[in-house]
Amino acid sequence: MSSGQPDTDFGQAEADGGVPAEADAGVPAEDRARPGKNRADQPAATRPNRYRWLDVDRLADDPRTRVIVCCGSGGVGKTTVAAAVGLRAAERGRHVVVLTVDPARRLAQSMGLTTLDNTPRPVQGADTTAGGSLHAMMLDMKRTFDEIVEAHSDPDRATQILANPFYQSLSSSFAGTQEYMAMEKLGQLRRAEEWDLIVVDTPPSRNALDFLDAPQRLGRFLDGRLIRILTGSAKVGGRAYLRVLNTGFSIITGVLTRVLGAQVLKDVQTFVTALDTMFGGFRERADSTYRLLQTPGTAFLVIAAPEPDALREASYFVERLSRDRMPLAGLIVNRVHRARAARMSAARSLAAAETLQNGNGEGGPPSGASAARYPLAEAALRLHAERMLLATRERRLAEHFVAAHPAVPVAEIPARPEDVHDLDGLREIGMSLADEDSPA
Amino acid sequence: MRLHVVTGKGGTGKTTVAAALALALASDGRKVLLMEVEGRQGIAQLFDCPPLPYGERKVAVGPATGPLAGGDVYALAVDPEEAFLEYLAMFYNLRHAGTALNRLGVVDFVTTLAPGLRDVLLTGKAAEAVRRRKGRRHVYDAVVMDAPPTGRIGRFLNVAAEVSGLARVGPIRGHADTVQSVIRSPQTAVHFVTVLEEMPVQETLDGVAELRDDAHGGLQVGGIMINMMRTPMLSQAELTAARNGTLDTAELAMGLKAAGIEDSRSLARDLAADLAEHARAMELQRSERRRLAAAGQPRYNLPLIPDGMDLAGLYRLAEELREQRAA
Repeated sequence: MSSGQPDTDFGQAEADGGVPAEADAGVPAEDRARPGKNRADQPAATRPNRYRWLDVDRLADDPRTRVIVCCGSGGVGKTTVAAAVGLRAAERGRHVVVLTVDPARRLAQSMGLTTLDNTPRPVQGADTTAGGSLHAMMLDMKRTFDEIVEAHSDPDRATQILANPFYQSLSSSFAGTQEYMAMEKLGQLRRAEEWDLIVVDTPPSRNALDFLDAPQRLGRFLDGRLIRILTGSAKVGGRAYLRVLNTGFSIITGVLTRVLGAQVLKDVQTFVTALDTMFGGFRERADSTYRLLQTPGTAFLVIAAPEPDALREASYFVERLSRDRMPLAGLIVNRVHRARAARMSAARSLAAAETLQNGNGEGGPPSGASAARYPLAEAALRLHAERMLLATRERRLAEHFVAAHPAVPVAEIPARPEDVHDLDGLREIGMSLADEDSPA
Repeated sequence: MRLHVVTGKGGTGKTTVAAALALALASDGRKVLLMEVEGRQGIAQLFDCPPLPYGERKVAVGPATGPLAGGDVYALAVDPEEAFLEYLAMFYNLRHAGTALNRLGVVDFVTTLAPGLRDVLLTGKAAEAVRRRKGRRHVYDAVVMDAPPTGRIGRFLNVAAEVSGLARVGPIRGHADTVQSVIRSPQTAVHFVTVLEEMPVQETLDGVAELRDDAHGGLQVGGIMINMMRTPMLSQAELTAARNGTLDTAELAMGLKAAGIEDSRSLARDLAADLAEHARAMELQRSERRRLAAAGQPRYNLPLIPDGMDLAGLYRLAEELREQRAA
């Protein structure tokens, strides 16, 4: 099956895992991550105490891992992490496709993506000597939606739907459509069986939970009572049902006509009538994709920056994933600041800087002289103190997360002065993820 | 300026800067409304108060200036569902229909599914607060909106166009046009929050260009707030040397030794590497600042608060904004 071809049959994906979703719910099984270590022997500012290290290599190397979903709030570097994980897995021998939704231009270029064309393209420059391969694609949500419509209606009806104004705004501007279509595309890629690992970057939503909810919300709406009411009595079914809905019907059409205007209602009604054959399908597709996410072959990586908002969002997300029995692999804290010489505390460093500033250093001018003799050392000590403060604050924030979710494995990626815009940069990120003691 | 819309890429501190701007605007007895529209309860977190209900609550007092007492900052977390029911009550006297509408999925449809309607409701609430009067006076001297991130701001503010795909005529279209006239009025400005890194700066430049584009006709771009700025620790010559790896590490080690630090040589190596990274970051900061200058908008510099944002930090940023005449 070509990857561009939509398909309603989710049976394969479901059968593939073979294990009920409950089996891998919440935190991963013991063999997915190493047992925790007490890190008390580490310097104070390097990393949170007593957490389980998230071994991303082990996760991505495991042939049972078929889908990795990267999620988190906006601005934490989801797309970059997804690309880095995908590249590393490919260079370690897996056949990988990275599905991105809205990459920054230069990052997209680094993977050879120039257009939104819904087609996975081979990434030039990935090292394939280990026998793996890397493809990447950008989601075209309107086209994905159009393809579903075309696959499920005869050509005349498809043309009618595609030309409908309500369909056009639904398929191109409704925020939930992007989430729905990302999940739809994920389902298609999964069923295509052309890749053995799919890494997905979730859409830039209002909040990180949107992509779990939006597909079902859209499915519920397209398949729900409101739509049936709007399509008019002929489509509702039995007369008994009609009588129950009659009061609701008049209120609703009344309100919608007053709020939206009669023309909009008419567009919606035409759209829904034309879409009639696909009813049931939408909700079913959304539910199937949701179930696909629950299978053990899927692993969720929650990405956060070491900032209160991003980590709070990550906490919500972790709780939600475990409530919904989604297979959570762990948390990746991205852009962590670390001082190299963590053995010297901020307070000590600052005190030493002040000693130099006051000219009181050994061998310096007599006490009372104003000129600092070692401006370079003084600046270095102040910079170190600032970095230690930042590192301590970030570590404290990560510790809050770990205290609340002690079973969730954690990995860190150090902050870099520059953005990533080539494969080498992605490779470095992948390397630091794989190194338990980075950034030390 | 009566409506300040604050946008920025995720992670740049958009909510923090919006709150600091509200404080700064409230500094001479003026009454300011700070509103958020994304359901994140970010304002409550910042001001360290319980989650905001759908109602305007006083959260802070602006800094006093000279003889004048500080003004009041009120906060509101706009909830689209509540805003929809309020809209129905206000314009159609339909509040009682809420339960039935909710049960049948109409509220869900309008607030999350129908393209554009949600944004009309959210921006509509801001427009209402801006225009609200008590007697002959405006209730709020200024309204600050913590808006969606840069990537969505053009569409969010271009409500009329967004709704027109859905409703060419009709009452919601009329409402959208009214909201649009407030957003496009010369009394409204859209501010961009950024940090001096490549992607946020690029998004800021793209966002400014997008709003200035004819399609958005008449949206007024305000200031660019450069957040989390770091001050260079070294002179320009030293920065260059650090970046090129030609820093005098022997001198550095001597200085450390003079400060009474043992093992000064290995420490000097580590600190020199930190300095090299610092120099690279400073260089990047400089070049990103130059790129921002090309946007031709006023720029305001806000320092990094290294030990985390709290109420004191918020007042400090408000003070900076006042001193630089952003408010």
